[in-house]
Amino acid sequence: MNPVLKLLVEGGHLTTTQMAQVAGIPEAAVSAHLEELKREGVFLGWRPVLDLSRESAGAVRAVIEVRMTPERGGGFNRLAERLSKFDEVESCYLMSGAYDLLIFVNGPSLQKVAAFVSEKLSTLEGVISTSTHFMLRSYKEGSFLIGVPSGEADRLKVSP
Amino acid sequence: MKRFIARHVSTLPKSGIRDFFEIVSKMKDVISLGIGEPDFDTPWHIREAAIYALEKGKTHYTSNLGLIELRRAISTYVEQHYAVSYRPDDEVIVTVGVSEGIDLALRALLNPGDKVLYHQPCYVSYNPSVTLAHGVSIPVPTRAADGFALNVEDIEKAWEPGCKVLMINLPCNPTGGTCDPARLEKIARFAVEKDLIVLSDEIYSELVYDNAHTSIAVFPGMKERTIFLHGFSKAFAMTGFRIGYACGPAELIDAMMKIHQYSMLCAPILAQEAALEALRHGEDSVKAMREQYHRRRDLVVGRLNAAGLACRAPGGSFYVFPSVAATGLSERDFAYGLLDSQKVAVVPGTAFGANGSGFVRASFATGYDQLVEACDRIERFVNTATPCSAPSSS
Repeated sequence: MNPVLKLLVEGGHLTTTQMAQVAGIPEAAVSAHLEELKREGVFLGWRPVLDLSRESAGAVRAVIEVRMTPERGGGFNRLAERLSKFDEVESCYLMSGAYDLLIFVNGPSLQKVAAFVSEKLSTLEGVISTSTHFMLRSYKEGSFLIGVPSGEADRLKVSP
Repeated sequence: MKRFIARHVSTLPKSGIRDFFEIVSKMKDVISLGIGEPDFDTPWHIREAAIYALEKGKTHYTSNLGLIELRRAISTYVEQHYAVSYRPDDEVIVTVGVSEGIDLALRALLNPGDKVLYHQPCYVSYNPSVTLAHGVSIPVPTRAADGFALNVEDIEKAWEPGCKVLMINLPCNPTGGTCDPARLEKIARFAVEKDLIVLSDEIYSELVYDNAHTSIAVFPGMKERTIFLHGFSKAFAMTGFRIGYACGPAELIDAMMKIHQYSMLCAPILAQEAALEALRHGEDSVKAMREQYHRRRDLVVGRLNAAGLACRAPGGSFYVFPSVAATGLSERDFAYGLLDSQKVAVVPGTAFGANGSGFVRASFATGYDQLVEACDRIERFVNTATPCSAPSSS
């Protein structure tokens, strides 16, 4: 595996300088690897992992299960791509099982998210039904545990 | 009260790490490189297995030798990783860490006055364990020049009539020293020639970075004279579980079992259940942790050498053992000075025996960022401590 990709997968939130140190390659090589990954469409971009419940009251996230009618020639692609273009949509996945698309949505308030579902999403031709679940609390976000104290303080400071 | 204490206990010195620990534990904001255990918590699936076992009411004694499922898993693991096969029924005993294994083996083997060869610098318990078993310990030096590998010539030099046991710990705490198969084979031949029993503490053997690990038990004539000691503390980050094992000839294991039976009875069942999970599903976690250690090792070795402390890359373990000679300070003054002025804790090499003089042990079982900061501070300390270089002769 590309050494830089490996570090990205491990999620060590390193700067390019640190990546260079860790992987033992020059910083220019790290940048070159990153560029290559971008060109190949593997590396899509940086996003911080945030626990927004601490920052702003009122941010609302929901998971929506969507059942829809596939189209001849394109299956679910056209509709899924169209849905994905909405800014409200964080992520969108085609799923096996009881529904077809799983959509992660966020918005500033319950009303805004509800309005997106009732006005934009359910009214699209091809959408058979939606089932919206609002998220109440986050316990883990992008591999980071939330609200779980680290055990570091428990180690003895010197041991044989 | 002192008059009541047995002579061999009252004359036993306390671990050299002890006073240092007292000082460090009272200080704030210290970056400690003095910790002899992984910074990783035990992988969750292993902890969860222990919780599940507790929920299921697994709260009883086990067989003195340990759960048979665990002994089977140990047997398979040892065969796959070390190429030596032991029968789960009578050649494996589950112990409370390798420390208990060493104690059991020495007590089972030594008559008062029997001599034990061990390499030094070494783990803090080796010398006292021999004393407590009424044996006489004979240190064999290892040297920085050849990476603290153990050389048969040094063992030959130290050997004297009455030597019964050779204790080895490769990779070594505190030096990180390892031994290539060629050297190890010579040691094995010597053990056979002198009819020595070898206690091989291989607790760091999963944590090797450059070459594959070889157990001394694989060489001709060795399986029948080796007690292979291993455990879960380091590779699986399970120090607090206190769980390890010994493998060896049935008669020796049986002798160790007698002591274990009357003193410990059995290793805690929850730790045994956790160990079983570790062997069944823990390999990926070990690999991930080893990669982290490898990366940190390269960082620390590079930085210490750049700072002017001669430090070779340890072949295994999570310790570096740099020389502090360039600073003109003794290992003790270096450690205390560094702690005092830069709040970084390293352990003076003499805590691991007189041969550790001039060296300190620094553990890289600490987060990468912390290590970077610690190296910055060490560099600052070395720059202020190093005496001006002698004027060059013209």
